[in-house]
Amino acid sequence: MTGVLAFLGRNTLDVLRYLSGLYDLSAKAAYWTFVAPFRGRKLKWESAIHQMVLAGVNSIPIVSLISLFIGIVLALQGAYQLQKFGASYFVTALVGVSMTRELGPLITAIVIAGRSGSAFAAELGTMKVSEEIDALEAMGLNSVRYLVVPKYLAMLVMLPCLTLISDLAGILGGGIFEVLQLDQTFRMFLAATRDSLAMHDISTGLVKSLVFGLIIAKVGCYEGFSVQGGAEGVGKATTSSVVVSIFLIIFADVIFTAIFYYTG
Amino acid sequence: MIRVVDLVTHYGERRILNHVSLDIPAGETMVILGGSGTGKSTLLRHIMRLELPSSGHIFIKDQDICYLQEERFNLLRRKIGMLFQSAALFNSMTIEENVALPLHELTQLEDSTIRIMTRIKLDLVGLSGFENYMPSQLSGGMKKRAGLARALAMDPEILLFDEPSAGLDPITAAGIDSLILKLKVAFKMTIVVVTHELASAFVIADRITVMDQGRVIATGTPEEIRQSQHPRVLQFMNRIPEGDQMDAQTYLRTLTQN
Repeated sequence: MTGVLAFLGRNTLDVLRYLSGLYDLSAKAAYWTFVAPFRGRKLKWESAIHQMVLAGVNSIPIVSLISLFIGIVLALQGAYQLQKFGASYFVTALVGVSMTRELGPLITAIVIAGRSGSAFAAELGTMKVSEEIDALEAMGLNSVRYLVVPKYLAMLVMLPCLTLISDLAGILGGGIFEVLQLDQTFRMFLAATRDSLAMHDISTGLVKSLVFGLIIAKVGCYEGFSVQGGAEGVGKATTSSVVVSIFLIIFADVIFTAIFYYTG
Repeated sequence: MIRVVDLVTHYGERRILNHVSLDIPAGETMVILGGSGTGKSTLLRHIMRLELPSSGHIFIKDQDICYLQEERFNLLRRKIGMLFQSAALFNSMTIEENVALPLHELTQLEDSTIRIMTRIKLDLVGLSGFENYMPSQLSGGMKKRAGLARALAMDPEILLFDEPSAGLDPITAAGIDSLILKLKVAFKMTIVVVTHELASAFVIADRITVMDQGRVIATGTPEEIRQSQHPRVLQFMNRIPEGDQMDAQTYLRTLTQN
């Protein structure tokens, strides 16, 4: 019994320590992003744009392709059920609303967590192991400002953009199936999409994507900074950054979806 | 210039530095000598405030850096250069960008001035012509030199070296030693070198501090250290390995214990 309690206690403490570390890093990053620029400490836009290209622009093909496939799958599954009731016209609405409210932000976040969150952890972890972060601090340059803030900015700007691209690609994927299989014209598909989507659907998805972006940057950077040991530590941090970000993304998704559901 | 008073530090439960006190006057080259795991690198990291102690004080230019505000310490830190054991060059930047980084970030100098200053520092360490190389294209000794050029970028008054000759062949290591001597003579810097290389320590030091198990066990001029009768200093100087301290009974117990 005491063994179980000790196990629970130890793990709870570990989780709390992790969350407090995440909070600490986020607070510092928020300071350097939103407060310090008003105190004469300029943002590093050059490195932020570099990160935006790496994490955002370069992810457009993979995010679009995956979203296109998800859109097709969604339309296929929706048509399977809706055709039974002769309601295949609603497949367009199903794909549109699911993509914008839920799957667009989620798929984008999961792909970016795997692609960029892990890269953040690996980059910062390697820098930690090779004493580069210490060297930066030794010069009196703040490592959060130089290394974390550009990644935060990149995620905050690029995740909503990628989510919009994902929404579009998903809806288009659904459209391809509808036009080819459900005897709809492309014009009908466009009209049905326009009718079924409200601005609210897109905006809730974008709010989610902002939160997901923060989670990816936060976890990736925190894991990188916490690397202990050598190459093995970097590997562990990279894996764990993906696992933890995806878990937190889905957890945040539940909370936000519930909030949007109850607040209409 | 640097005064360490009664410094104690722990990693978890383990005590790494045990009431360490040290006084390094301006212009002196102090070599901190000791085996692996004796806490000498940790001491250097504390002097750079990369870690904070459990208790004790470190005064640099009469300011207690353990309790100094971040902003004020950053100003002081500009006068301290550090060469890390792995040189710690930024791998995504060229050698020139590495050396220019502190100048770009911490000064208002024109780009053309920064380029000239960078080239002067690279020339000083014998790396002219390597400006556009990436760190991965350099040998170990060259990386150390480039790291040194970066440490010198802000014209520091204090230079800290963490194992400067670790992992280098004797000829390259001697090259780094002579570079340290050159800096000492030319710029009258206060230099602290952490090393376990005896040969190099006696060449560059004005004074030597020997550390063992987190304690300072001897401090003095190279001559005084050579004549020290402290058993651990003698063991270190004469390269005598640790004795087999376990009797047969204890050894058996360690094998059979759960």
